[in-house]
Amino acid sequence: MSKELIESILTEENFEKLYEVIEANKGRKGPLMPTLHAAQNIFGAIPYEVQKVISEKMNVPLAEIYGVVTFYSRFTLVPKGKFVVSVCLGTACYVKGSQNIIDEIEKIIDVKVGNTSPDGKFTLEATRCIGACGLAPVMTIGEEVFGRVELSDVSTIMAKYL
Amino acid sequence: MKSLDELAKIREKALKKVSTRNSDKKVRIVVGMATCGISAGARPVLNALVEEVNKRELVDVEVTQTGCIGICRLEPIFEVYQNGEKVTYVNMTAEKAREVVANHIVNGNVVSKYTIGAYEK
Amino acid sequence: MSLVRSHVLICGGTGCTSSGSISIHEKFEECIKKFGLDKEVKVVKTGCFGLCEAGPIVVVYPEGAFYSHVKVEDIERITEEHLYKGRIVKDLLFKQALEGDVIKSVNEVQFYKKQKRVVLKNCGVINPEVIEEYIAFDGYKALGKVVTEMTQQEVVDEIKKSGLRGRGGGGFPTGLKWQFTLDAIGKEKYVACNADEGDPGAFMDRSVLEGDPHSVIEAMAIAGYAIGASKGFIYIRAEYPIAVERLEIALAQAKELGVIGDNIFSTDFSFDLEIRLGAGAFVCGEETALIESIEGRRGMPRPRPPFPANKGIFQMPTLLNNVETYANITQIILNGAEWFRSIGTEKSPGTKVFALGGKINNTGLVEIPMGMTLREVIYDIGGGIPNGKAFKAVQTGGPSGGCLTYKHLDEQITYDNLVRLGSMMGSGGMIVLDEDNCMVDVARFFLDFTVDESCGKCTPCREGTKRMLELLNKICDGKGEIEDIARLENLAVNIKDSSLCGLGQTAPNPVLSTIKNFRHEYISHIEDKKCEAGVCKALLKVTITDKCIGCTACTKVCPVDCISGSRKEMHVIDQNLCIKCGACIEKCPVNAIILK
Repeated sequence: MSKELIESILTEENFEKLYEVIEANKGRKGPLMPTLHAAQNIFGAIPYEVQKVISEKMNVPLAEIYGVVTFYSRFTLVPKGKFVVSVCLGTACYVKGSQNIIDEIEKIIDVKVGNTSPDGKFTLEATRCIGACGLAPVMTIGEEVFGRVELSDVSTIMAKYL
Repeated sequence: MKSLDELAKIREKALKKVSTRNSDKKVRIVVGMATCGISAGARPVLNALVEEVNKRELVDVEVTQTGCIGICRLEPIFEVYQNGEKVTYVNMTAEKAREVVANHIVNGNVVSKYTIGAYEK
Repeated sequence: MSLVRSHVLICGGTGCTSSGSISIHEKFEECIKKFGLDKEVKVVKTGCFGLCEAGPIVVVYPEGAFYSHVKVEDIERITEEHLYKGRIVKDLLFKQALEGDVIKSVNEVQFYKKQKRVVLKNCGVINPEVIEEYIAFDGYKALGKVVTEMTQQEVVDEIKKSGLRGRGGGGFPTGLKWQFTLDAIGKEKYVACNADEGDPGAFMDRSVLEGDPHSVIEAMAIAGYAIGASKGFIYIRAEYPIAVERLEIALAQAKELGVIGDNIFSTDFSFDLEIRLGAGAFVCGEETALIESIEGRRGMPRPRPPFPANKGIFQMPTLLNNVETYANITQIILNGAEWFRSIGTEKSPGTKVFALGGKINNTGLVEIPMGMTLREVIYDIGGGIPNGKAFKAVQTGGPSGGCLTYKHLDEQITYDNLVRLGSMMGSGGMIVLDEDNCMVDVARFFLDFTVDESCGKCTPCREGTKRMLELLNKICDGKGEIEDIARLENLAVNIKDSSLCGLGQTAPNPVLSTIKNFRHEYISHIEDKKCEAGVCKALLKVTITDKCIGCTACTKVCPVDCISGSRKEMHVIDQNLCIKCGACIEKCPVNAIILK
């Protein structure tokens, strides 16, 4: 699905930025994680093409990079949707019913948890604690945070983004 | 950072800026800042008190404001609370306020001529 | 010289930021200008006040007036009434800050009164982005004292004497760890801080870093001096953007002022600190996995020994403590080990910060002396259970801990006591559950978490937790057999005994403790196919009560036509056909249809 999406992020400009980061991290001990963080920020994902460049420039086996990228949940192989909808499933939110909220959103945007809609508009995520337990249950869309979400609020919240 | 003295200097300077946030002070000066107080000129009095307290580095003195003290005709008013006792100063001006800080707060001599008792006689 | 007479402190912690404290800050600046008070009133963004439930929080000094649930629309009134005219706006105060007509300052509110703030002493008091404010409250004094007056061994001895134990979960004596690393031989040594706070429901480390980042930086420098390290790493989760930013600002200021850098306080001691971001792996909170991650690999734990004290980051001796542990260090150095021991109990001295959450009135962050009872925390500080519901259990220690019941409410909170009761201190999450929570479902929730976060290196954890989750799913789906309880217990014991790291060794705890304390709930799920709390959907039934007026509205919406009954008569649902979609419940005009 996302071939075009991936191609759209592999711009020369982005690669230039990546080269700078790799250069800057030279001589630093344990440089791989900071470099990958930067790559994820620059491209919005770390697809195969980016991994390959990092591998060559940093002299780290591609398999090792792939292993690290797939291990950590912050790193992704494909870009996320325009709106990333995250519902907190930390303990405090869960006991206050955030599972029902996820189910409701799944229904509204027709995307399963962990997936991106085919048009690249929404990504639905279940996140672990974001530390706003006092406001449980909590969901975020992009940078915007919604606290003390009631099941009945969900459709109103989502309506703004549909 | 070169020495402990240098640190102590920074600390001293910074302490003045944050002392407002320590609410366990020995002396409290409360200024009546209701509409009556403000229109009678309580704001310059309040500012003079804060300035004076800061200038003299009286870290144990808190200057705060309150609503109407109830005797509007004598505004601006402020009250000094110390060791469980209260002294009420009336018809204050910025200059008189500075005088009170110097004599009463610093030296411990109540400025009787400005107190409510003297005024009501 | 500033003439500021009043300080407006606005909570800039994650909780309050999420509920809009940034726009409140802007509005305050605007209103204060409008009233011409900008030279008299200072607006300060602070760290977490701890009472997140009441957020956004604003405290106005010198009165210590405690405003809660502040909205942008309220700011103009607070500015005009309180800051301009000096009248505290009573109806906007936190409800417990007003007793009759008496206004109580922030320190006198019940929520704070029973607390003892050591770790959080600066949170909500100083502006974390201004190093001078930290210094005003005795910041970097401990570091100065250590490097100019104490030997390395003296520092370690002081920590040992204090009896401080690791606040990250296990409760290992911190002083011993320091001694091991001091004694270890290596070309280089490292100090590391574990700020990868992954326990769902715990956020004290985040609050310390957001509210008082210098306390951790200073303590790490002290640790560096004590064990002979010149380099440190703070490993912080990327999910805490505000904390990362504050930490970066604080570190830059510390370097500029020279409290971090070369020849600190004109001594031979030099110390450099670097921030490393985690990338969303819970297991990286395990110390050896964290080390692997810093080195740039998958965060998979290493077998121990060798312990990090001997072979840690880049195979060099490494001292690794968590945020809250470090936040105690400066206080111990300044006030002495004796002072520290005077707080808490003999074997668990000091305080512990808990993140109170779940079904409790005052959710938020509380710091209490060790040895306080669960009842005091939940009822006196936490304000009890909302909506008149009954208390059922309290979960401590996150995915590694267990659930305690009302029987345990009068037990003291100490490391050893909680372990004895089948739970643990963990990093300090304390989630309160009420009658609407199903304990089997809670156990399943935690297992789901550990299955997700298991790194996959060792078989017992990778496969075992998965099997346990399958059994729990089976029970929640109404397909459980009574033997499944024994199967769960058997698996649990094996996983505990044979897993490589703490994640696996403690993963079965939520299941074991719920089986022990709430066995009847498991049995009623299995034998009666019933979920009393009404959580496990598969076990719920849609039924029509005698409130039914026979309007036939429900029969029309039912997608599987399983409702029968004629007009003006009570309707009945055919349970074999019902798919529990809930359409009839929504449609019923008299709320006669219930899910239970």
